[in-house]
This record gives sequence, C-alpha cells and structure tokens, in this order.
Amino acid sequence: MPTSHIARRHIIAVIVDNEPGILARVVGLFAGRGYNIESLTVAEVSHARHLSRITVVTTGTEMVVDQIKAQLGRLVPVHTVADLTTEGTHVERELGLIKVRCTGEKRVEALRIADIFRARALDATQESFVFEVTGGCEKLDAFCTLMEPLGLIEVCRTGVVAIARGPVAIGEAS
Amino acid sequence: MTTTAAAKNQADTRTMSGAEMVMTALQDQGVDVIFGYPGGAVLPIYDALFKQNFVRHILVRHEQAAVHAAEGYARSTGKVGVVLVTSGPGATNAVTGLTDALMDSIPLVCITGQVPTHLIGNDAFQECDTTGITRPCTKHNYLVKRIEDLPRVLHEAFTVARSGRPGPVVVDLPKDIQFATGEYQSLVDQPHRTYRPRTEPNLADIDRALDMIASAERPIIYGGGGIINAGPAASERLAEFVRLTGFPCTLTLMGLGAYPASDKQFLGMLGMHGTYEANLAMHHCDVMVNIGARFDDRVTGKLTSFSPNSKKIHVDIDPSSINKNVRVDLPVIGDAGRVLELMIERWKARGLKTRAQSVQLWWGQIEEWRRRNCLSYRRTDQIIKPQYAIQRLFEKSKGRETFITTEVGQHQMWAAQFFGFDKPNRWMTSGGLGTMGYGLPAAMGTQIAHPDALVVDIAGEASIMMNIQELSTLVQYRLPVKVFILNNRWMGMVRQWQELLHGGRYAESYSEALPDFVKLAEAFGCVGLRATTPADLDGVIDEMIATDRPVVVDVAVDEKENCFPMIPSGAGHHEMLLGPEDKADPVATEEGMVLV
Repeated sequence: MPTSHIARRHIIAVIVDNEPGILARVVGLFAGRGYNIESLTVAEVSHARHLSRITVVTTGTEMVVDQIKAQLGRLVPVHTVADLTTEGTHVERELGLIKVRCTGEKRVEALRIADIFRARALDATQESFVFEVTGGCEKLDAFCTLMEPLGLIEVCRTGVVAIARGPVAIGEAS
Repeated sequence: MTTTAAAKNQADTRTMSGAEMVMTALQDQGVDVIFGYPGGAVLPIYDALFKQNFVRHILVRHEQAAVHAAEGYARSTGKVGVVLVTSGPGATNAVTGLTDALMDSIPLVCITGQVPTHLIGNDAFQECDTTGITRPCTKHNYLVKRIEDLPRVLHEAFTVARSGRPGPVVVDLPKDIQFATGEYQSLVDQPHRTYRPRTEPNLADIDRALDMIASAERPIIYGGGGIINAGPAASERLAEFVRLTGFPCTLTLMGLGAYPASDKQFLGMLGMHGTYEANLAMHHCDVMVNIGARFDDRVTGKLTSFSPNSKKIHVDIDPSSINKNVRVDLPVIGDAGRVLELMIERWKARGLKTRAQSVQLWWGQIEEWRRRNCLSYRRTDQIIKPQYAIQRLFEKSKGRETFITTEVGQHQMWAAQFFGFDKPNRWMTSGGLGTMGYGLPAAMGTQIAHPDALVVDIAGEASIMMNIQELSTLVQYRLPVKVFILNNRWMGMVRQWQELLHGGRYAESYSEALPDFVKLAEAFGCVGLRATTPADLDGVIDEMIATDRPVVVDVAVDEKENCFPMIPSGAGHHEMLLGPEDKADPVATEEGMVLV
C-alpha cells in the first residue's frame, strides 16, 4: 500500500487572530468536513498583536491532512498553518492533573511511581493525591495505567502543545 | 497605506451614526443597488437609506430572493452583490442564498440586523445567532459590537468578498450600533490586515505546465467558473490559448460562456449530462489542463475510473481545491486569468510547439465521437420537446444581448446543453448547491444590472413555485424578465432518477394541483402566454420577446422526456447512457444509488 493511504497522526499548529468565534470556526470546519480531532489546545500567545495559537492533533492520510491544512489556511483570520509532524522535527508536551484516592501501602506505591515519572504532588490529603505530570502522550497514558489499580479517580489533560526544534519561528521562512 | 492616502482619509473623517456609516460605505464602494427587506432590527439603516439618493433599494418578497437577486447581479456584472435583511427570520431566510453563493464562489456582502448588544443571548424577539448560523455558509462573517470597528468591517467585508476565491460575507449589525455615533473614514483602498490570497502564480509551475502541454498527444482543456470569476479578459485569454494550441476545450456548468460555444474546438459541457465527446475525451486524454474548475462529483463521476491515464494540471486560486477529489500531477495556484496570460506569454517566448500530428489524430477520434450526435432527440409535430423549446428560444434570441438564468432540474441541463453561450457572465445557474427557486430572483438581479437586455429565466413548473412571489417584485420595478417554464407536470429530474434507479416508483414527484400559470401571471400583473403545440412555439417566443413587461410563458412539454446523455451516479465517463434505449448497468447502479 502506498504511504499516502496510511492514516498518520499529525500535530498542526495554527496562528490565528484572537477574535470572537475563531475557535468555533476551526472546530466547525473539522466537524463539518468530517475530520477528526484527537486533541485541541488554544490560548493567546501575543496580547499586543491579538494572536492565539491553536494546536490540533489529528489523524488522516496524506491527502486528508493536506486538505485540513488547506482548509484551515482558507479561513480569513488564520495567519499561519504549520504541520509540525512533516515540517522538520519538533518537541511536544502534555500536562496532566491526576487524582488518585488510596490509603496505606497503595499511597507509598503511588508516590514511588510518581517519583519515577517525575510527577509532583500538588495536593495531598490523608486519602488522596493530585499529581502533576508532564511529558509526551504515551508517558501520561502509562502513568494513568499504573495509577489505575492504585485508585485513579479523575484525569485532566491539557492536550498536546508542540513547537518546532531549531532557531526558526513558526511562519518564518527557514 | 501611503502617507497621502492616510492624510486624505484623515481629512475625510466624519462623525455619523452607524446606520449612516453603512450607507456611506456602500456609496464609497461604488454600490448602486442593494436587494433587501426591512424589519425591526434594520430600521435605522432603512431610515438612512431613505435620506440618500445614491443607492437604489430593490424590495424583494422573501429574503432568499434578495440573496439570489444579488447573486444574479454579481454574476452578470462581476461586481459585489449587496443584501440588506433584518435579524432572526430575515437572516435565516437568507441562509439558502448565502450557501448557494459560497458553493458557486459569488461575491456578496449581506448586512443583517441584530437585536441590541445588551439583548444578545437573551432569546429576544427576532433574535438568532446569525454569525453562528452563517459561519459554515459564508466565506467570512462579522458581528460588530463596537461602533469604532464598523468602518473597517464594512470595507473589509467587500475586500474579503471579492478577493481570492470570491464568496459571501455577512456583517451582523446590532441595532444599538446602528444608532451609535462614531468617526467614519473611507477605507476603500485599505488592504486587509492579514488576508492575502495568492493570485500570482509561480513561473516555474507555468513552465512545467507548458512542457506537459507541449508533449501532449491527446490533450484536453477543461475550464470552469474560476475563469468567469477572473473577469471577461480571462475568457478572452482562454480562447487565445485554446486557439494557440489547437486543443479541444470543454467547460463545466459554471464555466459556460468562458469559451465560445459556437467554436469548433468546443466539445460542449462535460459531466453527468455533458456531451459524449467531452466526457470520452476526458476519459481517454493523456494531458488534462483544468483551469478554474474543482473536479466536482457531477464532473468526475466514479473517481476510480476518472481519466485513468492522464497527467493532470490543475490551475486554481484556492489551494484547498488541489487534490481534494482528484490527485493531480501539477498544481498551479493563481488567478485563472493571470495564469492564462503567463501561459500565452511563455508559450510564445519559448517558441513551444504542440505535437501537431498526434493532436490531429486525437481530433480524428473526437470527431468520431462527435458523430454520435449525442444530443439528438426525436422531434414530433404533436408535442413540444423541451429540447426543441430551448433551441427555438436560442435561435430567436440570437443577435440580442441575452442573459439566461435557470432553476434546477432537467430544464437546467437542457438549457446548458442547447443554449449556446459565446460570452462570459451571460449564464446564471445554481451549480454547486442546486437551489430550486434560484432562477427568477437571479433574473431579477440580472435585469436590474442590464435594464435593456433580454433576461430569461428558463424554469421548470416545480422550481418556479419556490420563489414565485417575486413576480410581484418584477411588476413593482417594471423589470421585463421573461419566465420560460418548461412545464412537464413532474419534478423531472427526480422522476428520471426514480425511473432509472428506483424501479419507476414515482414517490411524490408528480406536480399535482398546479396553478394556471397564465392566470397566475395576470393576477400578479405580468403577461401570461401559453404554448401547447410545436406550431405555437415560435409565435409565443416572438411575442414574449416583443413584450416590454414581465412575461410568464407556460410551455407544455413532453411529460415523458428524460435528459440525456447521462452518466449514471457511480459510473465512469466511459459508461454513459445516450438515450432511453440504453439501460444502466445494474451493478454500477447498486453502488451509485447511495450517491446523489
């Protein structure tokens, strides 16, 4: 099978005008055209220039992902669309807040695992912890899997943020 | 902006209300006519309209018609069409028209009234989330919540509507902003802050395209609505390039008129109801040059059998059209007119030649396909064939400045097949969305733009009922639009599909309880005419053309006639049905049934 027919995970970064409705425009585009969103994060990145950065993780064949990028580029308030997966190398991170309810021996085990994952305890009671853990998606998945039998009761994840390696900024000609 | 322009704008700054800003901005944009319908949330704008004499307002009878009228105006002039409607139902009624304009890339600015800002979100009377509803059916939209933003937004709306791939833009304007006072300055020449659609093609791409074109043995040029949108000069350049190469040329439904239909290098329209020669040439070509078309499903048929052995060049202003449906070998991003200009320039400068001998052989093959005479039909003296009616209308309108609009269905396809367009901007039809009820209001807008021209809405009896109320508008503004109804008493295209794909079970496709269209026309104050036999036809058409008033012609046509040639849904270009004798391949129709 040619590679163009294999669905791959892509991280797409989009720089947009921070104006009302922009998130709805982007999400509506994905919903309306049947593209899938694995995670989505958005926040203002330049207050002075009213710019926000949206990071979308999606899965699709080369043809579908090219369409996603072109369709995003067509939105009037969109400045830049970058496919971090195909355009050079990048670093990605996700942050998770994970609540574990446990007592006795399980508390010790939970702290031991947290230590291995360099997770920090942000909150602790006699019968619970809230851990902060940062890393790639797989690391967070693994952390949750290990916490499951120890009393994992709630998970909060930011979704992936990512940035290209090297000295070039998004939207700059390399 | 240059300093002089800035200084000029500074000097032009004036204090006025939001409603006055709307009228002033329209005037600064050179708008001479708008189509609209008043209501509570736009009353301040109507008040400002009342106090000025630059912009003419055409009062429609339904907001959907306002948008289609603006589309007809825009498509027949190349200018931006402007619509003014109220909040709530005014805006929701406009949605069909906005979607139609988005699908067919028609530049529009639609100003909608909105409840005052402090009531937004409160389920106020005639409130709806206009920007939310119209987000997916506009190129862009705005909700203006500060008077300071209004001058910029109004001018930006025009820039966005007309630049790049054109489309509709909505400006939603709360009533308190219409009343608010602010500083206005004309920003007509102000470029958009960030929106910079690419129109200038890459020269290396042009040269690569020309290399492919020069090496072609079985070429075809396939043009679309993008050429029309690029302005009349683009059509002239297309003709020049087609003649320069001696290649065959076909056009999409939206592209008709971009190349003269009367020219022998024109193969007719392609696609589902396109000609045998155009579709087979597409199927068997070795180099396809797509200029301003988007490989729509009505054109490609079954994708896996679409032109399997060709190298494809795709010229489009919208990068999202590239590789959307069909993988192409060479995308060229740019304005169709500009690309054609550069192609001609580089072709001459490089002294390129086509492979004339091979192309001549290819023409031999095409002529053989052409001899099948795929548009032929059986004429009789007893009953009017719909094709014949359009042929007579075409003959009788020759030598006049004629504009044709259509509704949607069989009559639309027959009009596309039998009415020859030699110039762009003369053919207004709902291609992408397929909106029944488009033709009459579009004809209205076209007639407003071309008061002395012959404007005919070729209609079906079912479609015309969808916006029949606009006959009243025709009468009010003395617009001598001709409504030419091919009345076969069926939703013909629905019936044709039921016949071919659903075992002849004609569910709800018979037009029962039809009005007497002659009396209906008279009731509205139009002239009503009727033709029931082929012998009547010429006289009725003559009378219709000679009447300087709105005319409705009820042409009783053969109820059984179907539209051929036809590529059944789910079939490839080489599997065309040429007439009623041809039966669709049952295997192909199985998978085709799920398609529309």
